[in-house]
Amino acid sequence: MNKIEAKNVDFYYGSFHALKHISLDIPQNEVVAFIGPSGCGKSTFLRLFNRMNDLIPGTRLTGQISIDGTDIYGRSVDVDLLRRDVGMVFQRPNPFPKSIFENVAYGLRVNGVKDRAFIAQRVEEALKGAALWDEVKDKLKESAYALSGGQQQRLCIARAMAVEPSVLLMDEPASALDPISTAKIEELICDLSGRTTVVIVTHSMQQAARVSNKTAFFYLGEMVEYGETKKIFTNPDQEATQNYITGRFG
Amino acid sequence: MSLPIDSSYRRRKLWLQQAVFALFRVLSYAVVAVLFLILGFILFHGAGVIDWTFLTEAPTDGMTSGGIWPAIVGTFWLMVGSALFAFPVGLISGIYMSEYAPDGRLVAFIRTMTNNLAGIPSIVFGLFGMAFFVNYLSFGDSILAGSLTLGLLALPVVIRTTEDAFRDIAPSYREGSLALGATKAQTIWRVLLPMAMPRVITGLILSLGRVSGETAPILFTCAAYFLPKLPESMFDQCMALPYHLYVVATSGTDIEAQMPIAYGTAFVLIVIVLAMNLLANAVRKHFEKKLKSK
Ligand SMILES: Nc1ncnc2c1ncn2[C@@H]1O[C@H](COP(=O)(O)OP(=O)(O)OP(=O)(O)O)[C@@H](O)[C@H]1O
Ligand SMILES: [Mg+2]
Repeated sequence: MNKIEAKNVDFYYGSFHALKHISLDIPQNEVVAFIGPSGCGKSTFLRLFNRMNDLIPGTRLTGQISIDGTDIYGRSVDVDLLRRDVGMVFQRPNPFPKSIFENVAYGLRVNGVKDRAFIAQRVEEALKGAALWDEVKDKLKESAYALSGGQQQRLCIARAMAVEPSVLLMDEPASALDPISTAKIEELICDLSGRTTVVIVTHSMQQAARVSNKTAFFYLGEMVEYGETKKIFTNPDQEATQNYITGRFG
Repeated sequence: MSLPIDSSYRRRKLWLQQAVFALFRVLSYAVVAVLFLILGFILFHGAGVIDWTFLTEAPTDGMTSGGIWPAIVGTFWLMVGSALFAFPVGLISGIYMSEYAPDGRLVAFIRTMTNNLAGIPSIVFGLFGMAFFVNYLSFGDSILAGSLTLGLLALPVVIRTTEDAFRDIAPSYREGSLALGATKAQTIWRVLLPMAMPRVITGLILSLGRVSGETAPILFTCAAYFLPKLPESMFDQCMALPYHLYVVATSGTDIEAQMPIAYGTAFVLIVIVLAMNLLANAVRKHFEKKLKSK
């Protein structure tokens, strides 16, 4: 079953044609990786799934993107609800200047959850899910800025997961992290698969190979190839894909 | 092979640099020295008259003796009043300009006008205050009219600092909040405002400090020459330090005897303004610490 379906998507920043005629289906509860050289449009495409690009003035989208069969750019769509259901983790950790606890509780609070016991329980679950609980359980009231970069990124994952999204978008979530933090985050992604649909942008082929079921290769705003991760990395159909994964350009 | 450089070039270059630096140093020291001289002069002449009576009693004997308590109280209420006006209005306008107004000519125009507003002589504000608050809205000469006029004077700076404070927040905080399903208003209220607050408050206090010394805006809208009793409501007139300073220094029965009082008043005014600036710093530091550790 497909969770996300993109049909004939074209996207423009002003007059710049950033995404060219992309169609791709993302199956439910699987992990899909987007790879491709810098500037090819991976982030742009990812940010269409939670309508983050709406914030950038002068952009234009044609084609259709649906999640659970609903056109997310349709008139009746409530963008706040869409974003609650489609979580996002950014390239740089961006915790709020609040306590560790309040960072994770934020999504619940802004969505109207008032029950304190429920919030406390959900915060704990989310932090455990992000493998951060043991490191922070004694300092939940301290500032999130007191955490290391790797911890902050896991906090952001916990923050995103606390509202139980059915899709998690991750834009190079480990690019600013050390190998140990990276390994922890990759483990988290593997934990999520089977329960949550994960779309991850990465520059690391190894990472894509380790965590994803399917991989899409983008080049100059086009989606060149999309298929099972194993196939993409061992026997791609396109020469461009072959060149990229073997490091001949990118 | 070596480059064709005159051997004295480097020496001349260094010499010139030293000379220019020396000039800059002398100039900046001179400016600071003059500032301290002014401050020292007033403090020297003013400190002598400061005592408990001076600070807590009303002027007596045709303002040739007694204290300045009613003027201190008046200035205090004017500050409170203008803060109550300039803070919410400035904050809301600043947030609107930075977060809601569509980027374009209109906003650019409003921004330019706001900046121009800050450059209008304060006596013009006084005139406007008289025409609008005192007469048109029939507030009369009152603390209310004076506060609103002073508040208008402080407004451009508060709007500007609010707008800048919000604009300088990295987009990643907005995106992080919106990505969790927060609305724009929730994002502003719960994430951006706490981050912008230190700068907004600092801007407010600094502009109030400036405004507290203004004479012209309260001249036609509020200030009384001499009032033996303290104001009882915001529709009363009041005395105020800057106007009192002007009065005792320029008019009255015995200017000679009044001069020490003028210096004493100036002393108190300066202390208030300096205290406001220190307060602004303390508030900013406090908020910043809270943001980091909360
Ligand atoms: N806000 C924007 N305004 C205008 N052009 C943009 C904007 N954001 C991205 N672009 C352009 O769109 C193209 C795709 O950018 P995008 O960020 O999606 O690339 P990417 O594949 O994520 O690259 P990277 O791997 O470096 O993150 C680039 O050419 C970029 O210059
Ligand atoms: Mg990117």
